[in-house]
Amino acid sequence: MNVEEKVIEIITREQHLAPGAVKPDSTFAELGIDSLDGVNILFALEEEFKIDIPDNIAQNMKSVRQVTDSLTRVLEGKDISDLVAMAKGGAQAAGN
Amino acid sequence: MRRVVITGLGVFVSIGKDVETFFSNLMKAQSGVHRIKQFDPSALSVQIGAEIAEYNPADYFPPKRLDLLDRFTQFALLSAQEAMRSSGLEVKAEERPRFGVVLGSGMGGAQALDDGYLNLYARQATRLHPFTIPKIMHNAPVSQVCMEYGAQGPSFATATACSSSGHAIGEAYHLIKFGLADIMLAGGTDAPITYGMMRSWESVRVLASGNGDPRRACRPFSRDREGMVIGEGAATLVLEDLDHARRRGAKIYAEMSGFGMTSDAGHITQPTIDGPARAIRMALQEAGVNPEEVDYINAHGTGTRLNDATETSIVKEVFREHARRLCMSSTKSMHGHVMGATGAVELAATVLAIQRGAVPPTANFTEPDPECDLDIVPNEARSMRVRIALSNSFAFGGLNAVLLVRRFE
Repeated sequence: MNVEEKVIEIITREQHLAPGAVKPDSTFAELGIDSLDGVNILFALEEEFKIDIPDNIAQNMKSVRQVTDSLTRVLEGKDISDLVAMAKGGAQAAGN
Repeated sequence: MRRVVITGLGVFVSIGKDVETFFSNLMKAQSGVHRIKQFDPSALSVQIGAEIAEYNPADYFPPKRLDLLDRFTQFALLSAQEAMRSSGLEVKAEERPRFGVVLGSGMGGAQALDDGYLNLYARQATRLHPFTIPKIMHNAPVSQVCMEYGAQGPSFATATACSSSGHAIGEAYHLIKFGLADIMLAGGTDAPITYGMMRSWESVRVLASGNGDPRRACRPFSRDREGMVIGEGAATLVLEDLDHARRRGAKIYAEMSGFGMTSDAGHITQPTIDGPARAIRMALQEAGVNPEEVDYINAHGTGTRLNDATETSIVKEVFREHARRLCMSSTKSMHGHVMGATGAVELAATVLAIQRGAVPPTANFTEPDPECDLDIVPNEARSMRVRIALSNSFAFGGLNAVLLVRRFE
């Protein structure tokens, strides 16, 4: 199972969605995923992949594609400074 | 000043997951105490609780919703649902800003906290589940009930241990009486039967062990009483401005007409006579009722040696000669000490006693204690007309709440 399939599986499970409801290019808005759901999904991904996803990256994940891309780069140990730069100034994910 | 009536009731406890079962078991002196089933209690010195048996949350809530609900919030939602249904209320959009929710909880989301700490300390987790905070916070049940019914008015949680829901109901009553709201859902909830919480209670040494016979463990006012039994559950009442209730032809269970609250400023666990006595007088005064007019008191009656003897002295202090004529029972003998919900559960029992002309007994009574020499309605329910009744809540920490309800006339 590749990263994308695993991400889709976790989002489907955590959101209690029907199999097939989550597509590789679905946005969180389309799936009804709010900020708290997003935090929950990140927690599940961190647990699954035994990694830490930095807050500034986490806050910018608003679609399945973004999650998959960021996660792939974190997993490959790639330099993610450009992602961090992109996330700076981004909206806070969790509100209050 | 506006009059406030009770127009809906919901109860979800060990002896009944609805008002009718609850009342029927009260009348039969049926205890809901048994050996704890939520976890293996073998390591505990006290292995019993008034636990809600045969409860599967998935029967009541969809999975997505359930992820965010600690057990105490589930109970609150279920009792609120029955209360709303029984009231027949359909709150219109324009009424929502004057519709609020006040619920008490002594312990908060104890299960979610226990689970979190188990992961943190025992399993060495480096992060906790992101729903931990939204599940454990004391106001979670309030917010969930507000969202469920669109209540947008004054809403908050109270946390005064065993008086939490007494304070919640009293405050909700005043919000309507003084014109800040028209409809309030008020009550309390707690689900403290967790390993960590039971261990904490165990060490206070106020629990009945119930060895051999859990159902008879809680024996308030009996000479051989040996302590309290922890219970779980929730109760919610619909309080409504009388004019509002009349306009919609609501069924009225009883009238709320007095609330007394005081602080002992004494000791963190031992009750005083003065603090609770002043709370009772305050409730009588607000209702314009003379002590001689009180027919029934639903006692705090925890079943500890100290509480029951002190409560007897308090009642004698306030009611003098009339203390021997009124009757008083402790329904904790059956539903256990439901912590932050207990005041609401007991007010529900009191309201039903008024509405149905039957006083619930003090179950498991064995023999009189000279220190508790009042009519405590031993073992058998009593048919009698109840016009004016009190519900006492005297909390650990010396924070007292007394509610006065009367037959609606």
